[in-house]
Parts: sequence; structure tokens; C-alpha cells
Amino acid sequence: MPEDRKTPQLDELEKGPWPSFVTEMKRAAAKSPAAEELLGLLERSYEDKIGHWKHGGIVGVKGYGGGVIGRYTDLPEEFPHLKEFHTVRVNHPSGWFYTTDALRTLCDVWEKHGSGLTNFHGSTGDIIMLGTTTDQLQPTFDELSEAGFDLGGSGSALRTPSCCVGPARCEYACYDTLDMCNNITHEFQDELHRPAWPYKFKIKMSGCPNDCVAAIARADCAVIGTWRDTIIIDQEEVKAYAESGMNIQREVCDKCPTRALEFNAETKELTVIPEDCSHCMHCINVMPKAIRPGKDRGATILVGGKSTIVKSAFMSWVIVPFMKMEPPYTEFKDLIRRIWEWWDENAKTRERLGELIYRVGMGTFLREVGLPAVPQMIFRPRANPYVFWQEDEIKK
Amino acid sequence: MAKIDIGPPDYRNFLPPVIKENYGKWKYHELVRPGVLKHVAESGDELYTIRVGSPRLVSVDFIRNICDIADKYCKGYLRFTSRNNIEFLTDDAANVEPIIEACRALGLPVGGTGRSISNIVHTQGWIHCHTPASDASGIVKAVMDDLYEYFERDDLPGKLRIAMACCLNMCGAAHCSDIAIVGVHRTPPVLDHEIIRKGAEIPSLVACCPTGAIRPDPKNKSVAVKEDKCMYCGNCYTMSPGMQILDAKNDGLAIMVGGKVSNARSYPSFSRLVIPFLPNNPPRWPEVTEAVRNIVETWVKHARKGERLGEWIERIGWERFFTLTNIPFSDKCIDDYIFSRETFRTSAAFKY
Repeated sequence: MPEDRKTPQLDELEKGPWPSFVTEMKRAAAKSPAAEELLGLLERSYEDKIGHWKHGGIVGVKGYGGGVIGRYTDLPEEFPHLKEFHTVRVNHPSGWFYTTDALRTLCDVWEKHGSGLTNFHGSTGDIIMLGTTTDQLQPTFDELSEAGFDLGGSGSALRTPSCCVGPARCEYACYDTLDMCNNITHEFQDELHRPAWPYKFKIKMSGCPNDCVAAIARADCAVIGTWRDTIIIDQEEVKAYAESGMNIQREVCDKCPTRALEFNAETKELTVIPEDCSHCMHCINVMPKAIRPGKDRGATILVGGKSTIVKSAFMSWVIVPFMKMEPPYTEFKDLIRRIWEWWDENAKTRERLGELIYRVGMGTFLREVGLPAVPQMIFRPRANPYVFWQEDEIKK
Repeated sequence: MAKIDIGPPDYRNFLPPVIKENYGKWKYHELVRPGVLKHVAESGDELYTIRVGSPRLVSVDFIRNICDIADKYCKGYLRFTSRNNIEFLTDDAANVEPIIEACRALGLPVGGTGRSISNIVHTQGWIHCHTPASDASGIVKAVMDDLYEYFERDDLPGKLRIAMACCLNMCGAAHCSDIAIVGVHRTPPVLDHEIIRKGAEIPSLVACCPTGAIRPDPKNKSVAVKEDKCMYCGNCYTMSPGMQILDAKNDGLAIMVGGKVSNARSYPSFSRLVIPFLPNNPPRWPEVTEAVRNIVETWVKHARKGERLGEWIERIGWERFFTLTNIPFSDKCIDDYIFSRETFRTSAAFKY
């Protein structure tokens, strides 16, 4: 780092107990002039209270329409190494599992061709390699590809799918989220790498209704594991929880949203009214040794989730209450292709799937993609009689 | 030429042996202590997970440091969580303490499990984004320094998930978090007609405005903004750099609370705006850290065991929330956008 670079505000963020990103920037700065200048640029933002990055231009690597985010500073004279400072999105492995060999290879590639700064990980799930020049993009990609890695999604394309830890380390997983994530990512490489849609599309997979990847909030299509039959209760373990001092009535039964559980304080037996259970996970979360999801397992498919821009935040809503989720996931792939075709045909530019369905109506959506309407799709029916009747439903 | 469309590497090659052998056959888990999970398989095999906080924006040398720990104690395997934590995985209980010690030596906190505050998911901010109303990494660092103790303990009423988004694009599910810190703009775009004329597609620019505030201006071969209709979302700025939305004097942060994504007990829910604006005050954003701490401490003091922030507020009522936290309520907390009606109290039952 040049002796004259002063970053008093950023230095302040090296203090305190939480690990400091400024310290990390300085470690990268010791080896990379671009990372060194990034400290200066960020300090300037802290002084000016404004960002110093321009809109991205079109940059990329051969054969791809996305995966690289062009980034240029608006202060190129002062920070010449940040004139071009592009992001490379690298598709992470399912569940964010790595060997140290793979990680060290990624580090070596990025130290050689980029700033040495990374995000583990970006919000969508990709490995983010933060900052390189246009001429280093192709060599970076070539070495990544050689090491067995590929680019993630960007722009109006399928974005890198992601999933929870699933059956690798969770007894709640109702389907194999890692396999499905890996399978569909490989199936939809063209949709991922060559943006051709009205806007972005995200798919996220959670193994149970705890939804540890926040699929319902941020995926256009959320695949959330569930079961159709009854929770399985181990009465011996229930007794053990009771004897260990857990107040099962208060902590489990009283918090059951549908009051489907009854605890007999004398016999210390817990019983469920199967048809009243809404499969929310609360009792299982509190007593993981004593209660397990049922055996008839699959997933609920929900669509429409997105954040605030433009027409408010949407949470995904149910379109298929239960689907078996087993390789090769044909039923899911057929459905998602029908949805994409309809969305691509009908959406305006920058209109997410949820916004399109909201604009034209769920009835239209269900008819167009061929799904039956079922009560599980709604909290409650409409409170008005303004029904759009179809032609064949009206007497001529 | 390099191969294209090879897709991500196969995760199966990255799973530690104990996971490969017990894949899909985990029986139950226990919270051993804050930051340490123990999973037990049907086979009786045990897996210990040590969860460790990370600043997310890290150098390659940081990654090499954590690889050293994984090589020494975890047979060369590790993983990351959806909240940017690092997880060291070992089948040997004797490795747990040495891993914790090795993390402490690197200055990395162990925690974030169970009823704790886990790592903050966040966006790029001034580091690398073109539309931010604030920085992200700096605020996250300041807030986590301030709430550090809550990462390392797991005796809160429930889990608490904080997210930070530096603009309304909210890359990262900030809108369904227990506490969301969100960068906001407060002034209409300043137009650079030269840039708009040269680069913008006028019909798309007009159509992109959710409130219809942007009109074509054929005389200028540009657009005009009806400023009283603009709610500063910045969607137009994403469409054209000629619609400058960044405003150093007026950009800042809003605080939203009570959201969640889990289906457990209550439905997934959106975070709700309780503080419409706090100033950008780098490097430590004291107004933000103080506001977050106040909300956290009020919840810890008043909530019942098992209640997440939003569940506690829904039980006591939002009117009580504003009283208990001393957060001033104003008309800015009342929705006047598309889905406002469902937030109005259509009932005569409430508290004082």
C-alpha cells in the first residue's frame, strides 16, 4: 500500500470484536494494486456518502451471455486500477460444501487474475470474485473451467439455483435438495448462461418448511419439502423430554398453530390429530428426538416470490400442494418449462413471474399452465363476485 | 478453448466421508453449546458442526486460513451456510475444542446457532454496487460489533435474523427478516437529458415507473418526471444512468421489523417499516446500531420463550411495540402504496 494512502474511517472498522472486512481488504491490497485502490475508493464513499460505481457495461467470456457483471468507477483518473473492476459469478456446489483443494484452486486462480477479494458467498449463492479487468476475464474463466467450475447466472436469465444443507446433514429434509439443485442446474445450463427472458428467474430448494434458504421470500419458484401423512412420534423420547424439564404443554402443544397436539401430563404421552396438522415444523423443531416428519414425503411448489422493486415485495404462493421429488424430476421440469413459456410470452420487460400473475390473475395462470385450482392455494376465497367466466361456461 | 456449460462441480465429491456414509440417514441433532451442533445418524455415527462468523467480504488468504483449519481437523472438508457462516465438520468430538481455539486465534467468533443472532446477510453497498443508498459491509460490521454477545449466546426468546440491503432491490431477502436495515433514497431522480437521449430506450424508461411519474418529453427527446408522484424507488436509475437517484445529502436507512421465512407456528411474513429514516453516518452509523439494539433489547426483555420478534409483536400488538420501544409513530409508517388496505385496522379492538 502506498505510504500516503490514509483511510481513517475504514481504519475505525478494524476495531471491535466482529471480524473486519477492512482487514481483509488490506490483506488483498498488499498483493493487488486494484484492491489497494478499492480501499481508497471506499474511504472516498465514506467521506462523500455516495457510491462511486457506474452502471455496468457488456463484458463477458466466449459462449456466455452472463455470469460477469461489468463494473467501472466514476473516478478513473484517481483510481486507474478500478477503471475496470468486474465481478465474476461462479456457480457454487450444492449446499456450499467444498474440499480445501477446490477452495485453494479458486484462490490461486483469483490471486493470479483478479483482486484477490471474494464474497463467500453472494446473496443468490454464487462464489463472487470481486474485481478484475476486461482482458483477465477469459483467462480467469479458462482456468476456472479447467478446475471444474462454471459461471453462475446474471441478467434476464435463470439465476444460480441454491438449496439448503438437506439430507447431507439434516434429519428434517423431506427430499434430496442437493441432488435436485445439482440436477436442475445442469439441466438448465442454457437458461442460466444465455439471458433471453423478460427478467431474472430464481429457483430455490428447501428441504422442509423451516425454509433455511428463504426460498419463499426470494425465489420466483420455491420448492419446499413437506409430507402428506402424519408426523411420527416416539413416546419414549417424549417422556425423556418431559423428564428433562421441558414444559411440553406450553412449549409444544400451546404453540401448535392448529392445536393438533394433546399432551397427557399423567401418562406423558403426546398424541396428534392427524387431519388438524398443517405441517408447520414447530413441534419437530422443539423435540427433534421425539417427532419426525411423516413417511410420504415430497415438496410444495410455490411461485411469485421477489423483493420490493417494483410492485412491492411478494412471497411465493402455493401452485402445487404436493409433488413427489425424485430424480430425474421430470414432473417438475415439465411444469417449470410450461411456466417459463407462458411468462416469456406474456410478461413485460422487467416483470417478474409474480407480478405477471398478479396483473392477469391466478385463474388465467392456472388455465395457461394446466394446473387444477385447489383450496390449498389460498388462505381464503375472494370477497367479491367479480368472476371472469369462460365462454363455454355461459349459455348461448 | 475452455469447455462451456459444464455446470457446478458435483457436490458428492465435496462431502466428508461421515456425511457420505450417513447421507439422508440422520436421526436427530442436539445443540451442544452456542456454535456447536451434534448430529447423530441412524448408524450411531456422530457429526459435530462448529459454526463460525465471517465478514463475507474476504481475501483469498482468509479462505486459505480456514482451509488450514479444515485440513488439520476436518479431513480437508468444510462448508458455508446460507447466512455466510463457515461450518467446520468433524466426526471426532476431540476436535471440537481445538477447532474453536483455532478460530479464536484467527479472530473468528463461534456461535450463531439456535436462539441466537446469526450472521447478517447483506449486499455490496458502496464496495461494488451502482445503485446503493448506503454502504452494507460497514453497517454490518458496526451492528455485529455492537450485538456481538448475541452471536455467542443462545438463550434469546427465539432466533433473530438480521438482513441489510443497500437499496430497495434488496438482494438478499431483507424483506422477510426479523430486523431489516434497508438503504433508502428520498429525492426524485435528477435528469441528465444528454445521457437519456444518447442511451435510454424512452418507452421502456416510461413504462418502468411503478407510479406513472415518468412521462415522455418528445421536444427534448427525453423524459420528464412528475416529482409529486415519485416514491424514489430508483427503478428508473437501473434503466438509465441519466436518472440519477443517488443523493449524498438525503440517502439513508430505514428499519423494518417482524419478518420471517420459516413456516413454524406462524406463516412466513414481511418485515414492517417502523423507522422510516436514519442518516448515513459512517464509519459506525451510531443511529442505526442504537436503533437495532433498542429493538433487540426490548424484545429480549418482554418476549416469551419461543417467540420470534414478529410473533411477539403480533401478540402484544404493534401499538404496544411502539410504546415499549419508544419509537415515534408517524404517518410514514402507514402504507400508501399498492397493498395498503390490508394493513389498516378494520376493527375496534386494540390497546392503549
